[in-house]
Amino acid sequence: MKKHLLSIDDLTVDDVHALFETAAEMHDVQRRDVKKLPALRGKTVINLFFEDSTRTRSSFEIAGKWLSADVINLSAKGSSTSKGESLRDTVLTVTAMGIDGLVMRHSASGAAHQVAGWLDIPVINAGDGTHEHPTQALLDAYTLTRRLGSLEGRHIAIVGDLTHSRVFRSGVKCLTKLGAEVTVVAPPTLMPSGITAWSKDAGFATSYDVDAVLPTADAVMMLRVQKERMSGGYFPTAREYTVGYGLTRSRLALLKEGAPILHPGPMNRGLEIAPEAADAASSAVLDQVSAGVAIRMSVLYHLLAGPSAAAATTGE
Amino acid sequence: MPTHDLVPGDSTDASTGPGRIVLDFQDVNRALTRISHEILERNRSAEDLVLLGLPTRGVPLAKRIAAKILAVEGTAVPVGELDVTMYRDDLRSHPMRSPHKTVVPAGGIDGKTVVLVDDVLYSGRTIRAALDALADLGRPAVVRLAVLVDRGHRELPIRADHVGKNLPSARTERVGVRLAETDGTDEVRIAEGRGA
Repeated sequence: MKKHLLSIDDLTVDDVHALFETAAEMHDVQRRDVKKLPALRGKTVINLFFEDSTRTRSSFEIAGKWLSADVINLSAKGSSTSKGESLRDTVLTVTAMGIDGLVMRHSASGAAHQVAGWLDIPVINAGDGTHEHPTQALLDAYTLTRRLGSLEGRHIAIVGDLTHSRVFRSGVKCLTKLGAEVTVVAPPTLMPSGITAWSKDAGFATSYDVDAVLPTADAVMMLRVQKERMSGGYFPTAREYTVGYGLTRSRLALLKEGAPILHPGPMNRGLEIAPEAADAASSAVLDQVSAGVAIRMSVLYHLLAGPSAAAATTGE
Repeated sequence: MPTHDLVPGDSTDASTGPGRIVLDFQDVNRALTRISHEILERNRSAEDLVLLGLPTRGVPLAKRIAAKILAVEGTAVPVGELDVTMYRDDLRSHPMRSPHKTVVPAGGIDGKTVVLVDDVLYSGRTIRAALDALADLGRPAVVRLAVLVDRGHRELPIRADHVGKNLPSARTERVGVRLAETDGTDEVRIAEGRGA
């Protein structure tokens, strides 16, 4: 496994399976009275979040703490970046304090790649702009694997705001890597430009017709409409989006029986997903949250539990 | 991704090469029969007994001991698996290992007599890790240790309660345990090799 986790491209299929196997063991730890493993005792991990996040940050924090690492959360608000410090200076200053791993979220696509080039310690991309969110993709695929078994040949529909979604970009890579057939569905205005060529290379399908795709899907992943990233009008009204692309109560009937419904959260209930779908027995939304901790424990363990960079270079 | 089944120190290398057979199929069976009887004698019965195998080869050994106890005593002793990967003190000096499963029997381990079962006892560091792992799972009344082979060279004050065979060995030698469940055959070999 590579030193950093910046993109799903960094992982081989074997890496993904190894991460899943470890995550399954970590999942069991969540059911114990003592939710603590000593694997990262004495290591310090910084969650450096330049962009708001509650679930990803707390998920990484819990994951680190359950592995006995010391976890420090830093957010851009109130940090030196709001005083004008450059990203490079902020990151180098933070890591000069002797930390062992950096979990980073940034609103700029490629920020994690940039930072990884400056540092000797493992960098985990917790979302960079509209680019990638590899641990989210892993936890989604892991959740689906637990529900469906092998993803080989399974048909997964990803529906919603593709243009602004890093979850979709990482997700489609991870699911196709594991052998799933993926169809992404969005209104033309929320379909990323150039997706036709990309989908041919990467082997996934695109569609504008959610009603045609849902009946053949073994699982459906709804994406959040990212209103905060939208500068223009991508659809006339919220109502129109819901009618065209929302997982409404009537669309639930189109799904195969028991087909898992995923949503990376936070959900806009009534917009992209109806409450009936969010709360359905087949909804895997809360499974995703608990899988998120297990996957992040697994990632932290695989990247940080081995010899440190310093020990490796001095031959300790 | 490098994952290692092999635990440096407490060696269970099944690919040691020819070497010399120190326990064959029948010897292994006899050793386990004796250990099973010893466990029953020591515990006076099979009540409140839990066997926890240490992956990889401790698990099938624990199951075999449970089967023998069932045959003798008519009591099905709960068998679990205890992975110690996360509790090893050499995690940061060796390549990454993926953890195995930890399975605690339904009745738990609180107040029970837990017998840890492993194939080879060597430095004792695996058992130290197992005791730490156990403490996170509950509080047994008693913890005992059963091993198929004790090859000496302890680095910690740990000893086994039940030993299949004491096998004095040089540190440079490799002790390889093979079991039908994991390797297709039952035997213990000792061979010259890389020291631990």
